[in-house]
Order: sequence, then structure tokens, then C-alpha cells
Amino acid sequence: MAYKRSKHLLPGFGLTMGVSLFYLTLIIVLPLAAMLLKVAGMGLPEFWRIITSNRALAAYRITFSSALIATIINGVLGLLLAWVLTRYRFPGRRVLDALVDLPFALPTAVAGLVLVTLFAKTGWYGQFLEPNGIKVNYSQLGIIAAMTFTSIPFVVRAVQPVLEEVDDDLENAARTLGASRWQIFARVIWPTIMPAFIGGCVLSFARSLGEFGAVVFIAGNLPGVTEIVSLLIYIRLDEYNYEAAAALAFVLLVVAFLAMICTNMLGVWQTRYAERRS
Amino acid sequence: MAARSVGEIALISIAVVAAAVTLAVPLAIIFAFALREGLGTYVANITQPHTLHAIWLTVITAIIVVPINMAVGVALAWLVTRFRFRGRDLLVTVIELPAAVSPIVAGVVYLFLYGGQGLLGPTLQSAGVQIMFTPLAIVLVSLFVTAPYVARELIPLMRQQGTEDEEAALSLGANGWQMFWHVTLPNIRWGLIYGAILTNARVMGEFGAVSVVSGAIRGQTNTLPLQINLLFNDFNITGAFAAASTLALIAVLTLVLKSALEAWEER
Repeated sequence: MAYKRSKHLLPGFGLTMGVSLFYLTLIIVLPLAAMLLKVAGMGLPEFWRIITSNRALAAYRITFSSALIATIINGVLGLLLAWVLTRYRFPGRRVLDALVDLPFALPTAVAGLVLVTLFAKTGWYGQFLEPNGIKVNYSQLGIIAAMTFTSIPFVVRAVQPVLEEVDDDLENAARTLGASRWQIFARVIWPTIMPAFIGGCVLSFARSLGEFGAVVFIAGNLPGVTEIVSLLIYIRLDEYNYEAAAALAFVLLVVAFLAMICTNMLGVWQTRYAERRS
Repeated sequence: MAARSVGEIALISIAVVAAAVTLAVPLAIIFAFALREGLGTYVANITQPHTLHAIWLTVITAIIVVPINMAVGVALAWLVTRFRFRGRDLLVTVIELPAAVSPIVAGVVYLFLYGGQGLLGPTLQSAGVQIMFTPLAIVLVSLFVTAPYVARELIPLMRQQGTEDEEAALSLGANGWQMFWHVTLPNIRWGLIYGAILTNARVMGEFGAVSVVSGAIRGQTNTLPLQINLLFNDFNITGAFAAASTLALIAVLTLVLKSALEAWEER
């Protein structure tokens, strides 16, 4: 990349390019390349055998279904919180708004410790749930609880700014024309916030797929029952089965990459969607 | 304010109850359990040598990682928002990648670089350099997982601000560094501080990636989140919550600073 003074008005191209390339290579690209080399070295049949083993398939199923349920819960909860935070003024609103970010600020290990204690048989929540046959700790419900908690902020923070911008005139016009409250929501508000809502859900889902810290505390690790993919990787490392760990980590990496592409495409769509509607 | 409708009251109530159950109670239980055996036990738990060492290691890691990722974040954001070049989108994708992958994957990639069977591990080991299972490995994975945080805050901000202020400074005769210190830095300082706060919270709390590369040796490579896990596995619940309360305090501080910054920006 030739750097010509005339090409750039502002200084610092060479310096920032140098710093960025050096750092990204050292910290991100080199480690990723080391893992990809490990995966490439194991041969396709072996790779395929590992990633389609029964235990791995069970882990994908548990991870995926738990993340999906957690995302649905967060979709509903997130929409409700975003709505209440932008539409109404009530005492404690600022505290509620700040509290929404707690799952991002609180370490996942602390979240896991808290959840396993809350849902224990004698815990604050468990004492009401267990007598009714709802066992959260060391079951898939625990995984769902952990994934839900750690990704609460995504939908709220995606929808909130868009909801603030919804055109009052449009809403008022609909109201004057006799639209019911529900009709206003379904026809005027929902179409505006939908792209942001989906974007928030995708981020929430991706985060849940990769969640580890909170889940290990509450899930136990029964293979085929409460073993998520990240945990299976960790167990393979503990057994010094590095090939299996590399292959499974590669699967998670590909999924993360797909989620990123999905998010980027959604961003582009969101912009076009907004332009078309205005 | 107009009288509230029934629907409005219902929605606010449901939201407040839901937030209490999912957010406020989990926060409250940390301090309730940490202090349930009295302040004396709490202080004894915090000052237990292994917990104290874990606190120290966690703080040192943050002190090293946060400034590095602040500086690199500024450089990355400057590069991406002020110049057009081939491969710019690819660069942005690479920066974002650590935020998208599972922390376990972050640990695994480092293991395959510096571990005993890794790409560089054996060579380094024969030269007498051990990286895996040392504090250096903890610093490296922490740099990895928080690499995007500052850049992510600054890129939209700097794109929106445009280059007029900087061009004006240059045309008035400022050199590159003068422009940076007197124009760019003051313009982006809140975004930068915000990014640093988020980076710090994540570094101090990172569990998955660190648990793969640190070896969790008590009193040596055990960070606070790992110490919480060890205490929990030892059935020392009060001790685990005491260690957790230090991180929870930092989390609360993070939230307070964040809302204060936002309130400041709104004015």
C-alpha cells in the first residue's frame, strides 16, 4: 500500500496502519492461524468424525436450543423494558435504565455463582420452584437461565434508540384516524423497530451460543444432558485431546463468523429499510 | 403529567417486577451472602492470602491491558475513519472478531500458539521462554478479548464528527501531534473513557479464556473469577461471594460511571 502525502489530507496513515497491523497480527491473526493450522493438519475424515460424534451433536443441540429459548425470552423482556424506558416517566426510571447493563458489567463467573445460589433447593428462588417440580440447577433450565441473564441488554439497547426516534406525527395521525392502540403498535411502531429488534436478537443469540462462565456454574456437566459446546471443548483440553478441542473450537469460530456476517447484513438492510420508509 | 392509563401502569409494573427478579435480586444476593456471617468473616475472607493474590493479579492485568487497548483502539479508529484504503472492511471485521467468538475459543487459539504442542510453544520453550500458564498468558488473552472495545466506541463517534476540526487545526499550522492532543483527543475523550471502562470491566471479569491459559495455580496464576470458581468448588460459598463482591462493586461502579457519562452527554 503506497502512502502518498497528496492522497491523504490528514497525517498519521503510516503510523496508525503500522500499529494496527502489528497489533492485530500479533494478538488476533497469529493465534487464529495457529488453531487453523492445527485443524488443517488433522485431515478431513478425522475432523468430520470429531465434529459429528454423538457427544458433539448432543452438545450442539443443547447449546442451540437453550440459546434459542433464551433469545425468545430476551426478545419479549427486551421489548417490554425498551418500551417502558422510552415511553413512560416514573420514579426509578434512571436506576432501571442503568441496571439493564448489569449483565455486561458483572463478570460471568459472578453471574453463575449468583444463579446457582438463587436456584439452589433452599435458595431464594429454588425454594418456591423445587417443591413444584421445577429443577433449574444442573438441568437445561439452568443453562437457559444463565444464557438469558448474560444477554438481557442486547435487545433493550438495540430497540431503545429507534423507539425514541419513532415519529410522533405518524402516531398522532393514526390515532386521529381512529386506530386502536394495538393497531398503532402493529402498523406504525413495529415496522419501524423491527430491524433493530431482529439485530438485537441475533446479537443475543450469538452471545448465548458462546456463553461459558455463567453456564459452567449452574449446568453441572452431564454429557448429552447439560453439556454445551464450550464446556465440551474445555473437557477435551483437560483430557489433553487437543485435536478434538481444535476441531470443536473451529466449529464455534465458523458460527461466530456467520453471526458477524448476519449482523453486518442486517445493518445494511436496516439502513435501506429506514430510507425506504421515510 | 396526565393521569396514567391502566395499561401504562400494568406495563410499568410488569417491567419493574421483571427487572427486579432478573437484575436487582441477583445483584443484592451477592452482598447479602458475602456479609451473611458478619463483617469480621467478610474481611477475613477478602484478606485470605490466595484471594488477596487473585485481587492483585486481576488489578495488575487490568493496569497493563487497559492502556494498551486504549492506545491501539485510538490508532485503529483513526485509521479506519480518516483514510480509505483497500482491505479496510476486512480490517474492521478482524477487529470485531474477538467480540463474536466464545471466550473458550479465545483461550484455545492461544493454547495452539504458545502451548507445549502449539505453533511457537516448543521453540520458545527450548529457548527458555514459558508463556502458557503464566501471568503473561493471562495478559495476552485479555488483550485479545478486549481488542474491539475501544475501537468500537470510537469508530462511529469519529465517523460522525468528521474531519473538519482536524483540517482546520492543520491549516492553522499545527503539526500532527499538536492536532491530536489539542483537537482529536478532547473531541473523543468521553467515548475513549467509556471504552476504557468497558475494557476494564471485561478484563477484570474474564473467565473462559483465562481459565484455559492460566492453569489456575493458586497464589500464582489465579485471577479473581477463577478464585471464585475454586472457592465454590471447595463449598466455601461465603468465601466465593466475598471474592465476588469485589468484582460486583467494580460492576456497580462501571454502571454508575456509564450513566453519569450518558447524563453528561445529554446536557
